[in-house]
Amino acid sequence: MSQYLISHWGWYPPLVYTLMAMLAASLVLLVIAGGSVVFIWMERKVAGRIQDRLGPTRVGGKFGWLQTIADGIKLLSKEDLRPEGADAMLFRIAPYVAFCASYGSFIALPFATGWVGLDINVAVFFVVAVLGLEVFGVILAGYASASKWSLFGAMREAAQVISYEVPLGLCIVIPVMIAGTMDLTKIGNLQSGWFTNWYLFHDPFTFITFFVYYTCALASVNRAPFDLAEAESELVAGFHTEYSGLRWSFFFMAEYGSMFLVSALGSILFLGGWNGPVPVAAWIFGEHASQLSGFAFVLANVLGLMAFILKAVLGVTVMMWIRWTLPRLRIDQVITTCWKYCTPIAAVMFVGVISWQLMGLPNGGDVLPHHEQGSRRLPGSLRERPFETGDALPSANSVGFESEHGEQERGQVDG
Amino acid sequence: MFDLLSQPVGLTHYLIVGAVMFVAGAVCMATKRNALGVLMGIELVLNGANLNFVAFGSNFLERNPAYQLGLDGQIISLFVIVLAAAEAAVALAIVLNFYNNHSTVDVDRADELKG
Amino acid sequence: MGNRNGGRWMGEINGHTVLFLFFGILTCLFSLAVVFSANVVRMAFYLILALAATSGLHFLAGADFVGTMQLVLYVGGTLVLLVFGVMLTAQNPFISLRTAGGDWIVAALVGGILLVILVPVAFQIGLPPQDAGDIEGLTQREAVASSEPVSVPTATRIGLGLLGVPGDDVSGYLLPFEIISIHLLVVLVGAAYLARAKRKVVVRQESQNIAGS
Repeated sequence: MSQYLISHWGWYPPLVYTLMAMLAASLVLLVIAGGSVVFIWMERKVAGRIQDRLGPTRVGGKFGWLQTIADGIKLLSKEDLRPEGADAMLFRIAPYVAFCASYGSFIALPFATGWVGLDINVAVFFVVAVLGLEVFGVILAGYASASKWSLFGAMREAAQVISYEVPLGLCIVIPVMIAGTMDLTKIGNLQSGWFTNWYLFHDPFTFITFFVYYTCALASVNRAPFDLAEAESELVAGFHTEYSGLRWSFFFMAEYGSMFLVSALGSILFLGGWNGPVPVAAWIFGEHASQLSGFAFVLANVLGLMAFILKAVLGVTVMMWIRWTLPRLRIDQVITTCWKYCTPIAAVMFVGVISWQLMGLPNGGDVLPHHEQGSRRLPGSLRERPFETGDALPSANSVGFESEHGEQERGQVDG
Repeated sequence: MFDLLSQPVGLTHYLIVGAVMFVAGAVCMATKRNALGVLMGIELVLNGANLNFVAFGSNFLERNPAYQLGLDGQIISLFVIVLAAAEAAVALAIVLNFYNNHSTVDVDRADELKG
Repeated sequence: MGNRNGGRWMGEINGHTVLFLFFGILTCLFSLAVVFSANVVRMAFYLILALAATSGLHFLAGADFVGTMQLVLYVGGTLVLLVFGVMLTAQNPFISLRTAGGDWIVAALVGGILLVILVPVAFQIGLPPQDAGDIEGLTQREAVASSEPVSVPTATRIGLGLLGVPGDDVSGYLLPFEIISIHLLVVLVGAAYLARAKRKVVVRQESQNIAGS
């Protein structure tokens, strides 16, 4: 599109690139802001229903659609308070740090084939990395507030997040290993076809891994039952005790943004991403969306986008369900869950998946005959089949060739 | 100004940024009395060096294969990052021990072995 | 990036260069801010920003895997640890240990000398040698200019290099990789031991007191 503007309309290239970047950025911002508006409303409705109440009913029609907007207006008009002893600069900047980390990790998250802010080769890794920076916002907020409650909340958050990055990383490595690439677009497209191609059903180990991933993701975005950083029964409101108004709402936007993000990441890694359970688009158009072009591509991608958002929202809903069902853990229980349960389980699953692959046992994709881009074909990865004894180690030339091959395929996907 | 914007980025640009980081880290190590401040200086120094490794290895900045470090530079910088993490863990443990014994993190107070 | 048919209103703006300048200036500014800040928490914050900007520079140099590693390990791991340490050792909320004037002068002198050595070296090394300028009909400067900052997949080759499979532009690093793994394990155990040692003594004293009373 930017090429079109430059070549056909003769626009000034740097201007065009800047405009395109701003367009992409505002689309992502829309996803976060709009998403959190919907999620906050949804959370209140879900909480209400679980507790046998109605939730918001007044503002904007029968279901209280506009409740979050009304709350937002209220928050905007609130006074921006700052405690007397606070470190002014850090106190002001902390909510933005949290929000920017949550926002930044959306850059590399593909929403459908080729619909991604920045198509980088190590997308999985990048998303997790940037999401991990959100903890700084919380730590700085806790520290700069000059309040004991905030400091305790921040300390807990720091300990918790450092711990949970280990099992989370292990769980993420497993689908990456099966796919042979860290490119999220490729990982998603490898799971196209029937739902048996999803990595959730790849083998029994990946099935368990998904639930470990989900637990760790819950902990890493600070949701109940792991929301020790804002445990209101012990710490007033934890790290955001001293915040009010718009800055407070930034923390919430960051939280709901990262909830959506980890669910979306989980759905790409394990639940087939934008591929529906049944290859509907492939039946209609004859090809998978990544092979199509023009209007059919857009239409197939829109279908995929809907499937993707549905899966991610489902993940967020389950998070809400868990929040209003389970009681909060103690901090020592949280750390125990991480180091004594999640990490060993993830490690065992990792070894299990490796052995499953090496022994060449049947995958979920082998169950049904429809096998379009099934997991045995590994574009861009090194090996087409498990190593067998007597195989020579791959040489330098084959490595170079494979990476070039991967490049070409990426070009196709983008086009 | 526009001249600077229009000319391509070369190795020199990266080396200068690396040098500034390195010097900032060295000065930080020399001037800070807080043990954690010294640690931060070390991190800056390591990152300055790391940036140089990446720059030397990059084939964007240096297209002539005769002068490229290739991916070796990136692997070395990975090693540096891992070692820096290890170093920070040990240093932090030492600082915490020091704090437990002296209830301060002022490195000038660690003078018990002075003859 | 912007050098195809731009250049109508001003000199051709190179998008890569603009991004580099953005991240490079951020890196330098925040590195200096670390030095000149007296509050240790703010120092940590500036350090975070400086290192995050450095990872941006890594991305611009085409080292996407290293840039992400920098974000995961350095910014997300090491610095959280550092901030944790700051919070554990802070006596009053905003400690600042002032540096004496003499120290500043000596440090500025040493830093100035270092900079005076390093910057000319940077200019000397960065410029291509005059005689070796041509590759495939392009002069080196043009070759650099035409390189768009697209990410070349490096992760596979780096991973193979770490497993000891030499590629065309990477040597095998199996032994260093193993050494570092063992080193990391030793460090983890050692750090845990160091950090726990004091607490054990306290517990023993308390139990003795309880036994005595």
